[in-house]
Amino acid sequence: MATDTLSPAAETVVTRPKPPRGGGSGVFGGLSHLALFVWTILTVAPIIYTFLSSFKTNTELFGGRSLALPENFHWDAWARAWEKSNIGQYMLNTVLIVAISTFFTMLLGSMAAYVLARYRFRGNRIIYTLFVAGLSVPPFLALSSLYKVVDNLGLLGTHTGVVLVYVAFSMPFTVFFLAAFFKSLPDTVAEAAMMDGASHTRTFFQIMMPMARPGLISITIFNVIGQWNQYLLPIVLLPGDKQDKWLITQGIANISTSAGYEADWAALFAALSMAIIPILIVYVIFQRQIQSGLTAGVGK
Amino acid sequence: MRHGKLTPAALRRYGFIVSFLIAPLALYIVFFVSPNLQAIQLAFTNSRGISPTFEYVGFENFIRLFDDEVFWAAVRHHGVILLAMPLLSLLIALFFSFLLNLGGGQRNGRLIGVWGSGFYKVVFFFPQVLAVAIVGVLFQAILRPDKDGILNSALGLVGIDPVGWLINPDLALWTIIGVAVWQAVGFYVVLFSAGMASVPKEIFEAAALDGAGRFTLFFRVTIPLIWNTVQVGWVYLGIAAFDCFALVQVLSVDRGGPDNATTVLPLEIWRQAFTYYKFGYSSAMGVALVFLVLTFAALTLRVTRRERIEY
Repeated sequence: MATDTLSPAAETVVTRPKPPRGGGSGVFGGLSHLALFVWTILTVAPIIYTFLSSFKTNTELFGGRSLALPENFHWDAWARAWEKSNIGQYMLNTVLIVAISTFFTMLLGSMAAYVLARYRFRGNRIIYTLFVAGLSVPPFLALSSLYKVVDNLGLLGTHTGVVLVYVAFSMPFTVFFLAAFFKSLPDTVAEAAMMDGASHTRTFFQIMMPMARPGLISITIFNVIGQWNQYLLPIVLLPGDKQDKWLITQGIANISTSAGYEADWAALFAALSMAIIPILIVYVIFQRQIQSGLTAGVGK
Repeated sequence: MRHGKLTPAALRRYGFIVSFLIAPLALYIVFFVSPNLQAIQLAFTNSRGISPTFEYVGFENFIRLFDDEVFWAAVRHHGVILLAMPLLSLLIALFFSFLLNLGGGQRNGRLIGVWGSGFYKVVFFFPQVLAVAIVGVLFQAILRPDKDGILNSALGLVGIDPVGWLINPDLALWTIIGVAVWQAVGFYVVLFSAGMASVPKEIFEAAALDGAGRFTLFFRVTIPLIWNTVQVGWVYLGIAAFDCFALVQVLSVDRGGPDNATTVLPLEIWRQAFTYYKFGYSSAMGVALVFLVLTFAALTLRVTRRERIEY
């Protein structure tokens, strides 16, 4: 124990090798496993149910046997959903928008954060405060006026408008987090680079950006997921008459109310599965990075 | 930095600063700062839709808010959500993260999490990456009021009659809070696990060695040690309690129904703006919302401030 007490706390609980059987003692151990098991079912069951239901017929869905497995695994509902719901189109739009706007969020956000964190000049504090103050303003305040601004610029119903608004709305958090990160980097490397005649711009792109990689990755993940899941801004900026421009959250929210689905629950479940499965795959592959990227945002 | 004598190096430096700030700042001002300032201005007008003509009406919009039943219903709902949602999410998450990190008893004198804790963390966190809009549609199907809704089917197995989860006005808001908790818990399990991992294990082990039972270990040791993280979670969930837009808009019947039983301010702001085109009135609601959120944040920070435990 003596050596243990002296060792630093760097060791994390997460990576500790698990014993073959823990469980703890008696009743408490049993109850805690039960609680964990119940929550696992609560989390997983809705998703599995959705997936299985996409293979069912309406009689199977409504015949009082909705807990049973589907009799046949036909992909008909998936085909109908793909044709009717434009899921493919929405998915493509969303991938495109999120890729472009996350790229510009990270580029512009890290440029601003870098200058604000590492250069002293008049107005620095005011500009930094202006960016960070945005963190405390809920997006709902500006709904009407944002609509007006985007409309006046002729960008309503365009993907350009959505990208510009996403980037602007992502600035407060991105600048706040990255400025803290750039501040924590050592001065010596940048100074040495400048001594060797590297320009400010080159020092930023070739020295500081690579050094800030862990922070950049966290915030990129944070922004990708945040922008992918955005629902309010798309329904304001891409109104109903621009349905071909819609994003995935809009499309999914709409299928449950749109006429074609009233009698076709299987297709609704298929469309829902199509929206969930790509996220599930990405999550399973990158779960460690996603967990740390998302919690980093709150931890600060 | 004296004025007047700018060396070439200083000029380059300024050029660099300006060139790096100009684009992000311009974009931020045009699409974030200016709409927010304009919203405050609009709150004092009778602006309707994108029509350029409007008049200043003083505090009329705010006075109307006071007589608006739906507005007060929404504020009440925020109050209920604010009390229930963070408390439930945090308690469940604290309990699970305790089990997953320290609940497995001792092994060779070390406290460990229960068996399978890595797996549980991966599963519990997953709802967090799903878009709220998708979660809304998902639960619409699960919470269908007839006997074929999945939850009602499951309850039917033990002989419980179908429950109108979303159509019963007394129940609908609680159902929505339940779905919000369902989505939030995993996130806080991971957050608290990280908090517990950053506390030296020796502290927990010393407590266990001194005969602290699991309850003492949980309430008197663990929670005080990660209190800062809990507090951050509380603020974050509290602010989320003033949102709930996507969930209510997608999941509830008639968008905020039945009969406004689940409506929230963001939904009313959106509805006033884009269903009735009352931009002025909607912006006044927006100002009220900001006021509520900031009051909550200030109060929470004041109330929950506690001495940080150094370790």
